[in-house]
Formats: sequence, structure tokens, C-alpha cells
Amino acid sequence: MSGLGVEAHGLRKAFGSAVAVAGLDLAVKWGEIFGLLGPNGSGKTTTIRMLTGLLEPSGGQARVVDIDVVASPERVRARIGYMSQRFGFYEDLTIEENIRFYGGVYGLTRRERRERIPQQLTRYRLDQRRKQLAGTLSGGWKQRLALACATVHRPDLVFLDEPTAGVDPASRQLFWNLIREDAAEGITVIVTTHYMDEAERCDRLAFLSRGHLIGVGTPAEITERFGLPTIEAVFIELQRRDDAELGLLA
Amino acid sequence: MTPVARWPIWAMLWKEFVQMRRDRFTLAMMIGIPMIQIALFGYAIQTEVRHLPMVVVDESRSPQSRALIRALTSTGYFDLEAHLEDREEVRRWVERGDAAAAVIIPPDFAKDLKRRREATAQVIIDAADPLSPSAAIAASGQIAALQTRQMVVQAAGPQGLPSVDVRVRPWYNPALKSSVYIVPGIIGVLLSMTMVIVASIAVVRERERGTLEQLIVTPINKTSLMLGKIVPFLVVGYVQMTVILLVGRLLFGVPISGSLVDLYLGALPFIVASLGVGLLVSTAVTTQAQAMQLGFFYLLPNILLSGFMFPRAAMPEPAQWIGAALPLTYFLLVLRGILLKGVDLGTLAPEVATLTGFSVVLIALAVRRFNKRIDG
Ligand SMILES: Nc1ncnc2c1ncn2[C@@H]1O[C@H](COP(=O)(O)OP(=O)(O)O)[C@@H](O)[C@H]1O
Ligand SMILES: [Mg+2]
Repeated sequence: MSGLGVEAHGLRKAFGSAVAVAGLDLAVKWGEIFGLLGPNGSGKTTTIRMLTGLLEPSGGQARVVDIDVVASPERVRARIGYMSQRFGFYEDLTIEENIRFYGGVYGLTRRERRERIPQQLTRYRLDQRRKQLAGTLSGGWKQRLALACATVHRPDLVFLDEPTAGVDPASRQLFWNLIREDAAEGITVIVTTHYMDEAERCDRLAFLSRGHLIGVGTPAEITERFGLPTIEAVFIELQRRDDAELGLLA
Repeated sequence: MTPVARWPIWAMLWKEFVQMRRDRFTLAMMIGIPMIQIALFGYAIQTEVRHLPMVVVDESRSPQSRALIRALTSTGYFDLEAHLEDREEVRRWVERGDAAAAVIIPPDFAKDLKRRREATAQVIIDAADPLSPSAAIAASGQIAALQTRQMVVQAAGPQGLPSVDVRVRPWYNPALKSSVYIVPGIIGVLLSMTMVIVASIAVVRERERGTLEQLIVTPINKTSLMLGKIVPFLVVGYVQMTVILLVGRLLFGVPISGSLVDLYLGALPFIVASLGVGLLVSTAVTTQAQAMQLGFFYLLPNILLSGFMFPRAAMPEPAQWIGAALPLTYFLLVLRGILLKGVDLGTLAPEVATLTGFSVVLIALAVRRFNKRIDG
């Protein structure tokens, strides 16, 4: 595959006079796990929504799976998966029905689905409760179901928006192992989080603060560059500098 | 490479039916509400019409006049309250509200009958009584008149040919019985309301729960998405219609003079058009509560201007124009035509064509207005 998984230049989004994303440049390589880090309200969700064609950018360009997402959102959508912050499955359908539904919506044939549904159930450890209504599942199960739905059509790239928010540590551990497996099979993963231990598991990271990038690199590069022991320490330092800059400007 | 979605509409339909089957409460409401409504509507009319307090001025004082009074009270519509001496007294009783109906039988009543001349009796009905719809009262009076005629003819003996002219005043509803006339209308009104509300809520609920965002990110096309959401409600619409028809028939003897096939065919474009209105509503609102409000708001012109309650011919022109823009206006003609007059669908082709036009335009508009984004 040519080009980049995601390529954005000067990507911007303003809601009225409030700027949520302020001229973002991003380059995500094929096959990597790319982490978008930032505190609440820093523009992570808005960025992902622009990259999936849910929001129209106020400015800039974005290519996703090497296709212009503003010009051809449907072509992009056929090849990406998206797990929203709110998990987009149906609470009144069972685990299995949700996977079947999304398989159908993504245009899998009956035969493809017959093969794919059991695969997804096994892969994401959903087998035991396949007949349980999704609404009655606990956090870890919901999260894995959302991932199973988002990957049912074998996308080249998935966006995961805060997939582990409010989930217990053991489930988070399992979830990250699953993401690693997906990545090992060649799926490009773009994941947002504000858990710093998860940041260490990404191939590369981008720090967002108030809608703009304040640092990009591998976890090792980043800690080395700043001479600090952990990603968390770097994050706090970058945030402090960014806030100070704002203080100077104000 | 992932194939581009070919028939995602089947997935949508399947999902909607599974969800509908599970949502027993909503399903029960969709079927229960029309049953309750029709029963209330129908019985409200019936109980009002029955047992109206009646006074009598019997100036004839003959077996024939007494037979007439017996005939009237035996219909159940009237309860005999008092025998009065003169017509002035009648006015006082009615004005006080102690009587809602009065029968005045002139002195010559029996004599006219015996001479085989036409005999005249007068039934006065208090149409201003806010509790009793005038149409219903007039209709009941007419029934009483019919029955009276029979009874009196019998009372006059086997060779008794004279006719009895029971004049009911006011005399402004030639309909046989108002529930018969109203039930077909209720089918239309209820369908417009529920179809608009269920279609708009179906979309808005997905928006509120965040599943619409997920759907938008799939390559499903807008038409499949929208049609997938509404087609299952066609079934609900037909079930509702069937329930009202059955209840109307069992409780109120509403006839089905024309063909059922014609009726169900004729209902299709109307149900689709109403669902189209619901989809349009869904593109304009963000919460279920707003969708409900707009649905009820839509009910208003439908009740007032479609010809459901008042004849359109008597309306001022602007009101007629608004009525002409409502699918219900045309569907009422289809309903009453088929149910009451036994007209066939071919005769109703202009109405059906108009309704089909409505449904195509409304669905197309809704699909066009729907945006596969979340920032409108
Ligand atoms: N639809 C919207 N309308 C107005 N403001 C919004 C909207 N969505 C997000 N914002 C604002 O944009 C900023 C970034 O939000 P978001 O992208 O959700 O941040 P994050 O996902 O990093 O928590 C916040 O200040 C938020 O209030
Ligand atoms: Mg967010």
C-alpha cells in the first residue's frame, strides 16, 4: 500500500468561535499503533471525527487510507473501522446479533458472515456470552464487543476513541493484547487515551493540548528527548510549558 | 480488500425487526393505543347519545301517541322524564338543562293516522348541549324516527298504511350513525400520528444513543439507512389499521362495503407518506421529546383541516389549501369511499395517485435532507 495510513495538513475545526482543533499535522504509517494523547477537551475526539468524515473540517486536508476523506468519505469508510467513545453497538441486540448486523451493513455476504462471526467471537473472547444482550454486559465485554463490530469487515485501519475509559485493569490488559494482535496482522491502529501506561504500549505518540500538537515521537524518543523518566512526566512537563506559553500570550 | 456494501438494507431490516420484537412495551403501545382510542371515541359517542332526558307534550292523548312515546324510549336513546302540558314549558325544561330532548305530538296525530293521512310529530333536540355532539344526537333522532315509524305503523293495525313523519330538529346530519362515519376517519388520524412519531423517534433514538454515529461511519447509503428504518413500521401501520377495523366492526358495526384488498392497497402510499413526514421530522429535531411534540403538532391540522371532523367545502379558502397539502385529506376519501360507499380503488385513482406522489416526494426529501455527518 502506498502513502500513509493517515496524513493530515493544517487540519482545523471550529465550533462557532471556539477552536477545537487548531491546524493539526499528522502522519500515521501503515501498520503502527499510533496514540493520540491529551487531557479532556484537547480535541482528540474532534480529530477522529474529522478523519472518519463525521465532521467537516473548517480547514486543512486529510487523507485516510490514502483517500481524501472530505471528497470521498464513503470510500474511506469501507476500509476503516471506528469504535466511538460511546460504543456504537445496540444494547437490545445480543453480542452475536450485533456482529452479524455490522457484518451485513459492511456488505459481507451471507457466506462471509457465517465464517466471520465465529472468528470474531473467538478472537475477542466473546464466545461464552454470545447470546447475551449487549446492554447487560460489563465494561470489559462491551469494549471487546465494540472492537469486534469495528473490525468485522477486516478494515485496513481502525480508530479507537478512548476504548479503555472506565474499564478495570485486567480488562484493559486483555484489550491491549488484542489490539497488539490486530496490529500484528497489519491493521493500523489509531487510539486515543489519557492513561499514561497505555501510552507506553504505542509505537508512536502525539500529544495534543488545546487542539494543537505539542510533541510527536516513539515513547523512547520522547522520554529521551526530554530527559525525563516516564511518558507521564513528559506529558506533565509539556502541558506545563503549553499552559505557560498561553499565560505569556494572554 | 473489503467489498463495498451491496445490500446493507437487509441488515437494517433484520435488525429493526429483532429490536421491534424485543421491545414488547412499545409494540403493545402501538397496538393497544388504537384499541383504547377507538373504544373511547366510539363509546363516548354512544354513552352521550343514550339516555338523553326527554320530556313529552302529548296533545293527542291517544293509543297511537303513547305507542310513539314507547317506541322512542325503547330505543334507549331517550329517558322519559315528564309529561308536560304545553310547548312553553318545554322551552323552560330545555333551557334549564333538565331535558335534552322533547317530543311534541299534536292533537291531530291520531286522527290523521286514522284517516290514513300523514301524521306529524316533532322531536326537538338540544344541540347546544356541550356534552352531546350535535351530529350524534341528530343521528340518534333519525334512528328513533325510523323505529318509531315501524312501531306506529304496527300500532295502526295491519292495514295501516299511513306514514308518520317524525321531524327531528336540528336536522343537519344525514349520516346514519356518527360512529360509523367517524371510525374510518380515526384509522387515518391515528395512522398519521403514530407513523410520524414512530418514524421520527426511531431515527432520533439512534442519534441519542450514539448508534447513528456508528452507522454513519459505515458505508451504508442514505436510502438504505432511511428505508431500513421505516419499512418495518409498514407492518405496524397495517396492524393498527386492522385493529381499528376489527374493533370498529365488532363494537360499532362499521361496515366494510368495498374490498379489503383495495383498502389495504390504498393505505400503502398513505402509510409511506406519513413515515416520510416522520423521517423529515427526524432530520429537524435532536431529541425524542421534540419528535413527539412535532408529531402531536402535526396532528392538529390533520384533525381540523382534512375533513375528519368538519366538511372541507365549508372552510375558508386558506384552510382548504392547507388541507390539500395533507395526505390525510386524500386518504379519508379513500377510507370513506371504500368502507362506507363500497367504491372500488379504480374510482379512487386520483386520490391514490396523489398519495403516491406525496410518499415519493416526502421520502426523497427526507433522504436528501439527511446528512451522513454529525454536524448537520
Ligand atoms: N459539537 C460540538 N460543539 C461545540 N463544541 C464542541 C463540540 N464537540 C466538541 N466541542 C469542543 O471541542 C473541544 C474538544 O473536544 P473533544 O474533541 O471532544 O476533546 P477530547 O476528545 O480530547 O476530550 C472541547 O472544548 C469541546 O467542548
Ligand atoms: Mg473524547
